[in-house]
Amino acid sequence: MADSILDVVDVHKSFGALKASDGISLTLKPGEIHALIGPNGAGKSTLIKQIAGGLQPDEGAVKFLGQDITGKTTAQRAQLGLGRTFQISALAMGFTVLENVVLGAIGQSGSVFRFFSPAMKDRALLDRARNALERVGLSDRETTITSELSHGQRRQLEVAVALTLAPKAFLMDEPMAGLGAEGSRELTGFLRTLKSEAPILLVEHDMDAVFALADRISVLVYGKIIATGSVDDIRNNAEVKTAYLGEEDAA
Amino acid sequence: MIRERYLNLIILAGLVIVPAYALMVDEPFTITLATKVVILALAGVGLNLALGQGGLVSFGHAAYFGIGGYTMGILASHAQNYTPLMTSPFLIEGTNSMPVIWLVAVVVSALLALLIGALSLRTSGVYFIMVTLAFGQMLYYFAISWPAYGGEDGLSIYVRNQFPGVNTLVPIQFYGLCFAILLIVLFLVDRLNKSPFGLALDGAHQNEERALTVGINVYRLRLVAFVISGAITGLAGALFADLNRFVSPVMFDWHTSGQIMIFIILGGVARLFGPIVGAALYILLEHFLGGLSEYWFIYLGAILLFVVLFAKGGIVGGLSKKEMSHGG
Repeated sequence: MADSILDVVDVHKSFGALKASDGISLTLKPGEIHALIGPNGAGKSTLIKQIAGGLQPDEGAVKFLGQDITGKTTAQRAQLGLGRTFQISALAMGFTVLENVVLGAIGQSGSVFRFFSPAMKDRALLDRARNALERVGLSDRETTITSELSHGQRRQLEVAVALTLAPKAFLMDEPMAGLGAEGSRELTGFLRTLKSEAPILLVEHDMDAVFALADRISVLVYGKIIATGSVDDIRNNAEVKTAYLGEEDAA
Repeated sequence: MIRERYLNLIILAGLVIVPAYALMVDEPFTITLATKVVILALAGVGLNLALGQGGLVSFGHAAYFGIGGYTMGILASHAQNYTPLMTSPFLIEGTNSMPVIWLVAVVVSALLALLIGALSLRTSGVYFIMVTLAFGQMLYYFAISWPAYGGEDGLSIYVRNQFPGVNTLVPIQFYGLCFAILLIVLFLVDRLNKSPFGLALDGAHQNEERALTVGINVYRLRLVAFVISGAITGLAGALFADLNRFVSPVMFDWHTSGQIMIFIILGGVARLFGPIVGAALYILLEHFLGGLSEYWFIYLGAILLFVVLFAKGGIVGGLSKKEMSHGG
């Protein structure tokens, strides 16, 4: 599997008797959107944390660009080019929109330990930051304080911050959460253009978005991936229907 | 409401006019009070970098204030007794040169902050507060029980240390020195706050997860901030000891840590000039109310409560409009 960007290899993680990750393997290939779905409590968040850093698997490995990153910190993984967005917006709420993306540019450029020159006058940082804002369509909001943004704009900003890293892969945890139908549609369109730049591992509850976007879908239930395949494969998979989609219909 | 920049200019003007007036009307005690304000403000500027900008609520900054003070006390006492600090493996003598003492105080307190920070920054929240407090108290009891430098009684220095071209025993000249140092440090801290480092520190304070996921090593970032913070407070400690020509374990006491914290809360957390306003108000209250009643802390408490409840961003925040945190 030399051609995959991200490899999760037989990852195990238990909390006491609960097997949150029970031998999970999945890959993310160049140019694809790989959606990870599963009912609540299936272990999606646990898996995301093991991929992004912050949680060590008991067994197994996470490889990124052919490199074993299992022992690396969140910051190191980000520096390698793993761009992440959060389910609940993780932004510096007191910062302006521009400051948030400049923060991303600072992390990307490794200029954290520059003590004297003003960050908000640094051409290279500003160019990178503004470029990211333009791509998500937030250019006219530069000076807005982040806490005053609408929910949808925060999601856009979240993606913009990830973009400043010029990531080799995106890890997106429910980017559609809380977006209206229109916002969801806009973001869907944007993610479709984004995947040619870097593949996306997408955790998402919005089934319309998942079926519209994903090249491949993996279904996680009780810490195990019960099926991986194309949209049609998953739609027609009997096991998935009972384990997940059936539940959703009944609800 | 005025712009914070103009308020800062008014504050600076006050720090020039008050001592100048005191000089004119020959009130050296007022100059000494102003010197005290400037030095304590400097200690606050140090803590404000960690507490305000970094969100690291250190309840043990007396450790650096004290170590700065004792650096001055130890070096100067050896100089005044003509005894070397140590003879083997190499000779270290005492000194009464302020620049040398300041340099040593900065280095020693930075090293202490590196040690304490490296350990305490592995915790957060209440644990961080408690661990820093514990380190401060450890040093306090160490200073009390170490007889070589006065133990509980402290250490007196008979003559103020020397600075080339300045008669440090003349109050206004010593004030000028301390004020110049405060200005230089304020300038550097202002640049630091606006630098990529400052922005990252503030960003990590607001959202640690965000800083991590853009590839910032938050632990190292905070440790560097903590070391700079400790070094500034340590320098203030050396000046404070020189002002009083006396050091004692009280400088290490947790009351001192709390006092430095009060300056910041009164003046305005993460406001550049907050600690100056806080220290000035504290010293004024101590002087005037302290003369009326030994229970003046009750009034201080009431004022502190009022500021915390009604003036968001302390006195500086209450009087001025918030400017863009990292702008221009």
